[in-house]
Amino acid sequence: MIPLGHYLIVSAILFAIGTCGVFLRRNLITILLSIEIMLNAVNLTFIAFARQHGSVDGQIIVFFVMTVAAAEAAVGLAIVIGLFRHRESLNPDAFTLLKW
Amino acid sequence: MFHSSFDAVVPMLCVALAALAVMGAEAFRSRGETMPVGGLGIVGLIGAAVSSALLWNRNAISFGVIVADNFALFVTITLVIVGILTIMFSSPVVKRDGLPKGDFYALILFSIVGMMMMASANDLLVIFIGLEIMSIAVYVLTGIRRDDPRATEAAFKYFLLGAFSSAFFLYGIAFTYGLAGTTRLDRIGAFLAAQSMSDNRLILVALGLLLVGFAFKISAVPFHMWTPDAYEGAPAIVTGFMSTGVKAAAFAAFARVFLSAFEPFSGEWAPIVWWIAVATMILGTVVGVAQSNLKRMLAYSSIAHGGYLLVGLVAANQVGKAAILFYLLAYAVTNLAAFGVIALLGTKNAANDELRDYAGLWHSRPALAGLMTVCLLSLGGLPPTVGFIGKWYIFSAAVGAGYYGLAIIGVLTSVISVFFYLRVVVMMYMSDQPATVVFPPVSTVGMAALVASIVVILALGILPTPVLNLAAESIATIF
Amino acid sequence: MLALIPLFPFIGFLINATMGRRLSKGLSGAVACAAIIASFAVAVMSVLQIAGMPADARVLEQVVYTWIASGDLSLDMTFRLDPLGAVMILVITGIGSLIHIYSTAYMHDEIDSEFARYFSYLNLFAAFMLVLVLGANFVVMFVGWEGVGLCSYLLIGFWFKKQSASDAGKKAFVVNRIGDYAFVLGMLFLFTQFGTLDFARLATIASAMPVEEGVFGAISIATLLLFIGATGKSAQIPLYTWLPDAMEGPTPVSALIHAATMVTAGVYMIGRNAVLFSHAPETLFIVAVIGAATALMAGTIGLVQNDIKRVLAYSTVSQLGLMFLAMGVGAFGAGIFHLYTHAFFKALLFLGSGAVIHALHGEQDIRNMGGLKKFLPVTYWTFLIGSLAIAGVPFLSGFFSKDEILYETFHEGHTMLWLVGAITSFLTATYMFRLVFLTFHGERKGSGIGDQGSGHDHGHADPGSLIPDPGHAHGSHLHDAPPAMALALIVLAIGSVLAGYIGVPHALGGHNQLAAWLAPSFQASAAAPGVGGGAELFPQAEAAEEAEVISEEEAALELTLMGVSSAIAIGGILLAAFIWLKRRSIADGMAHRFGGLHRLLLNKYYVDEMYDATVVNPIHVVSRDALWRGFDVRVVDGAVNGTAAIVAAGSNLLRRLQTGSVRAYASSMFVGVVVILGYYLWR
Repeated sequence: MIPLGHYLIVSAILFAIGTCGVFLRRNLITILLSIEIMLNAVNLTFIAFARQHGSVDGQIIVFFVMTVAAAEAAVGLAIVIGLFRHRESLNPDAFTLLKW
Repeated sequence: MFHSSFDAVVPMLCVALAALAVMGAEAFRSRGETMPVGGLGIVGLIGAAVSSALLWNRNAISFGVIVADNFALFVTITLVIVGILTIMFSSPVVKRDGLPKGDFYALILFSIVGMMMMASANDLLVIFIGLEIMSIAVYVLTGIRRDDPRATEAAFKYFLLGAFSSAFFLYGIAFTYGLAGTTRLDRIGAFLAAQSMSDNRLILVALGLLLVGFAFKISAVPFHMWTPDAYEGAPAIVTGFMSTGVKAAAFAAFARVFLSAFEPFSGEWAPIVWWIAVATMILGTVVGVAQSNLKRMLAYSSIAHGGYLLVGLVAANQVGKAAILFYLLAYAVTNLAAFGVIALLGTKNAANDELRDYAGLWHSRPALAGLMTVCLLSLGGLPPTVGFIGKWYIFSAAVGAGYYGLAIIGVLTSVISVFFYLRVVVMMYMSDQPATVVFPPVSTVGMAALVASIVVILALGILPTPVLNLAAESIATIF
Repeated sequence: MLALIPLFPFIGFLINATMGRRLSKGLSGAVACAAIIASFAVAVMSVLQIAGMPADARVLEQVVYTWIASGDLSLDMTFRLDPLGAVMILVITGIGSLIHIYSTAYMHDEIDSEFARYFSYLNLFAAFMLVLVLGANFVVMFVGWEGVGLCSYLLIGFWFKKQSASDAGKKAFVVNRIGDYAFVLGMLFLFTQFGTLDFARLATIASAMPVEEGVFGAISIATLLLFIGATGKSAQIPLYTWLPDAMEGPTPVSALIHAATMVTAGVYMIGRNAVLFSHAPETLFIVAVIGAATALMAGTIGLVQNDIKRVLAYSTVSQLGLMFLAMGVGAFGAGIFHLYTHAFFKALLFLGSGAVIHALHGEQDIRNMGGLKKFLPVTYWTFLIGSLAIAGVPFLSGFFSKDEILYETFHEGHTMLWLVGAITSFLTATYMFRLVFLTFHGERKGSGIGDQGSGHDHGHADPGSLIPDPGHAHGSHLHDAPPAMALALIVLAIGSVLAGYIGVPHALGGHNQLAAWLAPSFQASAAAPGVGGGAELFPQAEAAEEAEVISEEEAALELTLMGVSSAIAIGGILLAAFIWLKRRSIADGMAHRFGGLHRLLLNKYYVDEMYDATVVNPIHVVSRDALWRGFDVRVVDGAVNGTAAIVAAGSNLLRRLQTGSVRAYASSMFVGVVVILGYYLWR
């Protein structure tokens, strides 16, 4: 059996990859995907802990998280499309009307 | 009320049903027919207020995860006030800007459901779900003017950073769950109380991640960067709504999680929150001084106000806890009214939210200028407004708990902040070059909402005792 | 009943603020005057009521309602009238009424809505000022304290079209915020130390505590913070620079707010907390030194100013310094006495200067005046009385109060401070009479403004006078004060002469009724337990007890000092006459009036030269170049502007962090996460 620590390390690495993706990548879609990676890393953590505790709570939580992630993705994509309409660009740094 | 397990969710249910009714009414109306959907929302909110009043002192619990204790109910009623005022201010705005009426009100109501859920949740997962219900609705509201590139940009920034912070928050929940084996706050509290001696780094990681999630929603430094942009880009009334409702709900959940479940570790989180509070007060105030856009200035002001609320959280004595509740109410009404004025003065094509647009407002719109003055004085914490009582209460809590440094910095920043609030007043009264902007006529409903808020601001400034007592009573049962 | 006193002006404010634009000038002026006069009437009745009570129980209290009552926090909205408050409300409502009446004429050139705006501010100010002095605890006082600050700010910037006016308003605001900051901290500190903010209860608690001799304990810290607050409001070193600039406001405002009432709030606050301050001798010493230093410095600066109102402004700062000196040496009664007499003659002087400015269509530079005596007889004679009173010429009001301060200072053993006070008195007499001589004596200077009826060509003139008054436009002579203004001047002149007679010292065979009247206010309530040894802390209480048995020695000392200060006053006046009359129009009628002196001077012309070289020029250089240009403008203004600049620069720097790039924002959040988690994991 794979010990808990391994799961946690994998999920932490995934989470870190997602985090870096958010502020290193220069494409809005990739950034959205990075956030999805972060959420899925968290899901992995939940599952790992659920197995550790032998309870189903963690697994149920994952369903909620997936639902929320889907809703977020829907809204996020809609906003990105809105952005793209105003300025034909997917570079997050192109949108700096609001500053200072 | 029947003594059933549904009791505690009744306020939320009222608002949710109203939101569904608004959606239905909009979907099934015949072309050209107008529906008083805003009124439907107000009915639902009043239902929530009435059911909250009936639940007072009963500590109802539904499904083990939603508790309707007095703390939750106090915040719920604050949120109802926020909701009603927002809907009243919105009615002329929706018509003027041609916003999709049904969508707009339904989103407002759904986000209020999420806020109420956060305020009364006794489970980290429910807090998360409430937070997402609230946030997703507010993301959309921020960008509801799709024709405006600034609004879309604001929505995008808010959304992206919001989702980013949600991930951290959720990760914190995951660690808490992993350690305590549960997401129920009471059980986590019991678990942590037993652990408080051991040096468990994982608990601290969980604590830190949850802190980040909340700090984002209350726009505490350094998680505040989205605030000025989102507040400036969003339609004024939405800004008013999110600067008050979102902050109130996030603070309620923050206080509940950190003052009940994580109370045994207060020695660990208090120093961090101390620093965040100081940074937030100073940055919000100092940067506010240089702003020329009224909405952006008020955004920084609302960051600073988040700092004052954090002072109450750090003080964490009886006075401090009650002060948080009172301050939330005071701040909500005041800030919403200020944004209400901005919203009422905007037009479809010009937001009229630059500071210079307010030059000589006293000459063209004396009533609005007068009402705005009261709001700004209250935000600045000058007597005899509710803002003064709120600040006095917070700072005396800090001094009472021995946090002299916080009180000194808090008073200093609020002294500086008066400078930029009064700059607006000076603009309105003492400007020889009146702005050339044309203000729209002010609607009766909007004016009624404004007058009502001012009455509350002054009444709570002059006669705060009943509400202070309610606030004190609200925290007595849970902490 | 007490609540009515501030309520009347507040109602006046509401009427003028809401309906003012629709009211005619006559009506809005009448409403405002009626409001303050009604308040004065109620004040008189209340004072008569407490005067009828036994001496140690003269307190009238009204709990309007319980403001905050929640857990440990309890605050009543309470008004309390005691002998000290009685003096204050009479001054505020009495002089306030006169200034309201005066204003109806002075502001008559404003358009209707501006006129109503002016009176609404003025009434609001009176309401807040009355709240300040009637408040029975610090929080109620603070409501008034902030309120008067706000009104003062609005009124300084009343003529906002002038850049200098709005700058001055801004400066007053910034400086006062610094003081208020310390004041709030002092309040919070007192509250945590003593658990109450009620003045009477604080006094009772403090009187049971040991005097903090040589140590800097809790009371000393709290009182020092409060005193810093007072330096802001009452224009003392280092926060005084706003007051001279505040003269940009309409002149009646300068008279009411920046001379007679609001700026004395700091003195009043110390008097109100006499017991607390008595228990903190270290703070009191600081108060005395700051007061004396301010008095001296402002006095020297006053010598070289050429704007009629600025001279008066520095004079106000200087007189306030004397009041703080009195407070600092524990002579609370003397300080309040001077506050009270000063209110009369300084209001009179300001209103007189207002009449001059009004007549000259906004001219404020005394070098362009002169010879106004025969054109403005009412103004001249009343102004002269005011000047004599402030100079401390015997048997006018200023003489008694200033003398009492100097005597108490000397009596308490502060010889150096006494010397500073004496020099200040000398300077006061000199610069006041310089003002009188340059303005009213000699020949008409300037472009003969009034004579040609073209007064509105002065660019820096009051905007109010930009609309030429038909009466002036074709007149070939200057108009003296119109009836409403003359009335105020004459009443105040009578007051300036007579006001001192309620405090005639024992040495002159008087009974110093004022000191006896005020004494109960400066000690913990007699009814309170544990006040046993409190009495000897209070020189005034002592003085009251000594009313019948005053030792020969002390009487002799007081008489001697009195003689000295009279000589000082007259010497100062003569010096002024010597310098500023001789050079001007020797052939004038003034020459034979001061004939003997004049001949003496004329024959010894080289003395004058020498005098110029050894005394006048050095004073001039020191006060103008070192004190005013150097310390005042560079150091103090620099500090104030510097603070504002640092905030603004910080603001501009920090806002650049907000680059607009969402990736930068995400990075900032990530840094926050790393810092927090790093703190937990690797500390």
